[in-house]
Amino acid sequence: MKFDKHTHMLLETGAIASRALIVGALGLALTLLGVFMDRAQFFQAYLTSFTFLTTISLGGLFFVLIHHVTGAYWGIVLRRVAENLADTLPLMALFMIPLFFGMHDLFHWTHEEAVAHDQILQWKQPYLNVGFFVVRNVLYFAVWIWLVRGLKTLSLKQDKGDSGNLVKMRRRAAGGVVLFAFTVTGFGFDWLMSLDPHWYSTIFGVYVFSGGFWAALALLSLFTNMLRKSGADELITMEHTHDLGKFMFAFTAWWAYIGGAQYFLIWYGNIPEETIWFIHRWEHGWKAVSLFLILFHFIIPFVILAFRAAKRVPALIVSLAVLFLVMHYTDHFWMINPVFNDHHLHVSWMHLTALLGMGGVYLWWFFFNSSKHPIVVMNDPKLEKSIKHIVH
Amino acid sequence: MSKPLGVLARFSNPAELIDAAKKVRDAGYQKFDCHSPFPIHGMDDAMGMKRSPLGFIVGAMTLTGAAVGMGLQYWTSTIEYPLVISGKPFFSWQAFIIVTFALFVLFGAFGAVFGMFHLNRLPRLHHPLFYSKQFESVTDDAFFVSIEAEDEKFDATQTQAFLSSIGGSNVEVITGE
Repeated sequence: MKFDKHTHMLLETGAIASRALIVGALGLALTLLGVFMDRAQFFQAYLTSFTFLTTISLGGLFFVLIHHVTGAYWGIVLRRVAENLADTLPLMALFMIPLFFGMHDLFHWTHEEAVAHDQILQWKQPYLNVGFFVVRNVLYFAVWIWLVRGLKTLSLKQDKGDSGNLVKMRRRAAGGVVLFAFTVTGFGFDWLMSLDPHWYSTIFGVYVFSGGFWAALALLSLFTNMLRKSGADELITMEHTHDLGKFMFAFTAWWAYIGGAQYFLIWYGNIPEETIWFIHRWEHGWKAVSLFLILFHFIIPFVILAFRAAKRVPALIVSLAVLFLVMHYTDHFWMINPVFNDHHLHVSWMHLTALLGMGGVYLWWFFFNSSKHPIVVMNDPKLEKSIKHIVH
Repeated sequence: MSKPLGVLARFSNPAELIDAAKKVRDAGYQKFDCHSPFPIHGMDDAMGMKRSPLGFIVGAMTLTGAAVGMGLQYWTSTIEYPLVISGKPFFSWQAFIIVTFALFVLFGAFGAVFGMFHLNRLPRLHHPLFYSKQFESVTDDAFFVSIEAEDEKFDATQTQAFLSSIGGSNVEVITGE
């Protein structure tokens, strides 16, 4: 990769993009074999990768939205990267289509004979039924893609000198955050919470969002570091790395705060239909995963990132970012898998191939998009201020 | 003439003040300060100021707060006055997290505010610089460098000459009279 200082274009991304595509294609092909071997397992592994990546893209979208809404200037140099991260949502919409064919394998509430004997599921049927599920999830993606494409188009016009777009972008983003809150909550409820259709937690959508934004910051940090090494270090400085590190620190605490709030209330109430969710994630070997999450999704990153030096040493922040991505996958594995394997901790080879497959294509898409337009915005009135930004 | 408390010199604009700060720093003075009506970007570096240790004060305070919060609840509910509450164990750390977290934050906030006061030597009712008549315009349009008599390199005559040589005007020895 090479950054062109005059046009702000990212050159020579072909090698890395095509490697990602090869890994992706191989991974997906191998995973596809799984459909014929163990259909249920295939969809579980596929769903884990799907929600893992979609929540990261949503984190990218959120980064763009809050930057427009708050008018923050420090991250202007990172905005296009976040826009490209969010621009993977059309790809994730394509990846969602196969899941509609696996709903019977994933969701207990789609089993008519089970619903017939279950009053709670009958009561939930106006919401939890296949038709409405498909319609609203298509709608969620339509809203996100409309937001991403709209904001990115305005941003690209600004590159060519249309500075009036700033107000338009801010207005759209202001409405966008409201839509974002509802749609992300719905997404979390549908794909993750309804796997266990008797269980409910009103904060669950926020929990799903918190992990996604956390992991998106890690990916932004990784890519920013690559850009700095490719020659963009005059525009994207150590100060921006530092500020991303602060965000990573804050959202480490935020994830734990939301996850903790969810756990403590359920622990207090001690009602069987609520506690069962945590019991499934504590017994029969799952305790190890739960403790692993608490330790590496919260305590260790929190302690390390509390120190200023940790946010300013590239090697350290890059290692932490990789840890964040591993832990985000673990988090989604931990939300999805105990539903199907509540009697033993079980990992399939399909988890790996689905992750490599979908992740490879995801990265290819991301790098391809990154090379099409300037990777650092141009002509933004606040760009100069962003470049000269200094952390105190 | 009473003992000098420090030397004050006036500079005409922020750029000159930054320049002067660098020269005073390079000359080896430690106890000096720059005064201006508004914050000047880059002044901390020019004066060679070290990073504030406030973060570590706050860090130590948060840990103390958390330990106090958890410790107090542990002691009251398992040793001093054990009570069964909704059938939960005496030591229910889950229930104690909220107070622990609250004290973690509260102590941290106290550490930040009072630590800042301490590091800034506040509250302070008077300062030798207030003896200077010309120093009154520092809140209006004047830029000053002051070097305190407590500085190891301080010598009333030489320091005055030094401040003049780096472009200071109205060089004044503060004596407290």
